[in-house]
Amino acid sequence: MGTARLGPGRIVYWVFCALVFVFLVAPIIVIVPLSFNAEPYFTFSEAMLRLDPEAWSFRWYREIIQNEVWRNSLVNSIVIGISATLLATVLGTTAALGLASPNMPARRAIMGVIISPMVTPVIIAAAGMFFFYSGLGLGQTYLSIILAHATLGVPFVVVTVTATLAAYDPTLNNAAASLGAGPWTTFRRIQFPLIAPGVMSGSLFAFAISFDEVIVVLFMAGTEQRTIPRQMWSGIREQISPAILAVATFLIVFAVLLLFTVNWLRRRGEA
Amino acid sequence: MAGSLRFPVDPHRRTQLRALALVAPLVIYIGVTFIAPLGTMLTRSVYDPVVADVLPETLELLEHWDGRTLPSEAVFAAAAAEIKRAAAARSLGQVAGRVNRVQGGLRSAVTRTARELRDIEVGPWRESMTAIDSVWADPATWYAIQVTGERFTARHYANALDLQRLPDGSLAPQPVERRIYLKLFWRTLLVSTVITLLCLILGYPIAHLIARSPAGRANWLLILVLVPFWTSLLVRTTSWIVLLQTQGVLNDLLVAIGLVSDDGRVAMVYNMTGTIVAMTHVLLPFMVLPLYSVMRGIPPTYMDAAASLGATPVQAFLRVYWPQSLPGVGAGALLVFILAIGFYITPALVGGSDGQLISNMIAYHMQTSLNWGLAAALGGVLLVGVIVLYVVYERLVGVERMGLG
Repeated sequence: MGTARLGPGRIVYWVFCALVFVFLVAPIIVIVPLSFNAEPYFTFSEAMLRLDPEAWSFRWYREIIQNEVWRNSLVNSIVIGISATLLATVLGTTAALGLASPNMPARRAIMGVIISPMVTPVIIAAAGMFFFYSGLGLGQTYLSIILAHATLGVPFVVVTVTATLAAYDPTLNNAAASLGAGPWTTFRRIQFPLIAPGVMSGSLFAFAISFDEVIVVLFMAGTEQRTIPRQMWSGIREQISPAILAVATFLIVFAVLLLFTVNWLRRRGEA
Repeated sequence: MAGSLRFPVDPHRRTQLRALALVAPLVIYIGVTFIAPLGTMLTRSVYDPVVADVLPETLELLEHWDGRTLPSEAVFAAAAAEIKRAAAARSLGQVAGRVNRVQGGLRSAVTRTARELRDIEVGPWRESMTAIDSVWADPATWYAIQVTGERFTARHYANALDLQRLPDGSLAPQPVERRIYLKLFWRTLLVSTVITLLCLILGYPIAHLIARSPAGRANWLLILVLVPFWTSLLVRTTSWIVLLQTQGVLNDLLVAIGLVSDDGRVAMVYNMTGTIVAMTHVLLPFMVLPLYSVMRGIPPTYMDAAASLGATPVQAFLRVYWPQSLPGVGAGALLVFILAIGFYITPALVGGSDGQLISNMIAYHMQTSLNWGLAAALGGVLLVGVIVLYVVYERLVGVERMGLG
């Protein structure tokens, strides 16, 4: 197996792998050309396949850009996403620094609790949060959604920063201390710059979680707090229009940008 | 430790306290914004004071009721007074909804009774109420009031497990036509198992391919795995609708190449097939990433050694490679399974009526039927299952190894 013999087994293996990659990526790519459909259909018209320029248009892009509801939901998504990300990044990075300490007591148990929002079905968390925040009189507010999104995103920050800290050499702290730096100076000048790529990746994860979250928003948001995923949700369920495909294309481009940024940060962190 | 030079007094304890101080804000935050809400939900599943608060006197008098005959005039008088009061305070609707879930038809009966009682000032209440609606002559009505009047109750959990409590206090299975939830739990477990297996079958070879590729190509192949991982769940679900619907891309293709006729288009979405295909796509990266991180650590020389000792490729794979990749299989399979049993969005959008899972039922009771006690109990049962799996995952894999690429 170590050498590249091209037997029938290997051909099957390659073809199978290629098909799985197609399965992973093709459904996402197929959305993009369809979003330029001049007709309100969800499939390629014959004219589109003939590459007839009449069949292609920016119609749906114009529609979403001109639509105030979509613009509002974009603003909401960004405001909620950035606020939740800031909160999750500060809390998560601080906690990861503590968890990296060799003297951290009850490390496993605490880690288990901190990670739990990541595996708990969001429907359960969202139901609980709905009862909880409406009991506090915070139903249908930006604050409750931001707090909820930070809760869902913070485990990703902790996991990412913890992984980065595992590669951090703690003797650097000793070196800084022996040169007279206090703990805060050491953190600010030495440790943070070195783990910054990990912190950045973690915060991008947290932002992506909030930017894509719909269940909490479904349960807790009023019409005023509608986000992009919430708007897509109604779009898919109620008035299915190719305008959704234009939004989807925008989200795909956004996801690819995020992915390449995180990939770049990770390689920088390793270097 | 750095501090030990300047603080010779118990440096261990000092760093320990510092570590705790750093972790404390997040632990408190998770406690308040996550554990407390889960606690609120679990409380809702066993605690319901509404009926007890609205009909206190009726319930107290009902304690002496024998459960078979009609309650006494005193009970009717108390009920009439409290129903009038509740109707005036607009809290009767909640009561009517609750008793209606135990005994169908009571919602309208209670509302009508309240309306007609407005004009009646004096008793005998038993005759007036049974005249307004014959349900008041039925002991089952009073039993329903008694059951919903318990502040602490297991009836939501009984309901969630397709059980009912009989008037004599014993538990019995629901009548066949009302047994919904156990079937749905089983369906959720079954579908999650199928999806986990599909992810393993699809994910194992490509994880192997990536692990054996030189660094540059591995990075590009990983990006292909991560594109769906980063793409919005709603986008991926939309994609599958576009691809699989009867007027969709795949059916058009099948018709174009003549595999199916134009009126024989295949229903691949808005049913269980749609749920399984779309969920497998969504969860596949969660299988590939842990598999890849384990496989990367398996030295390729082991397979060469097995081959040089005369093993066929199949033998070498089964006896050398597969056992070493098992930690990755376990980690990936557990993660996919845990995520699958709580899935909501994808089944809700592409599942149609037969592709719904337990989460969709929780959402239904949260948003449509407004039976929050039952929603909370269903959530409680699901939560117990997830916690058990999570503890297993923690023991076998360790939570910080939850690979994310």
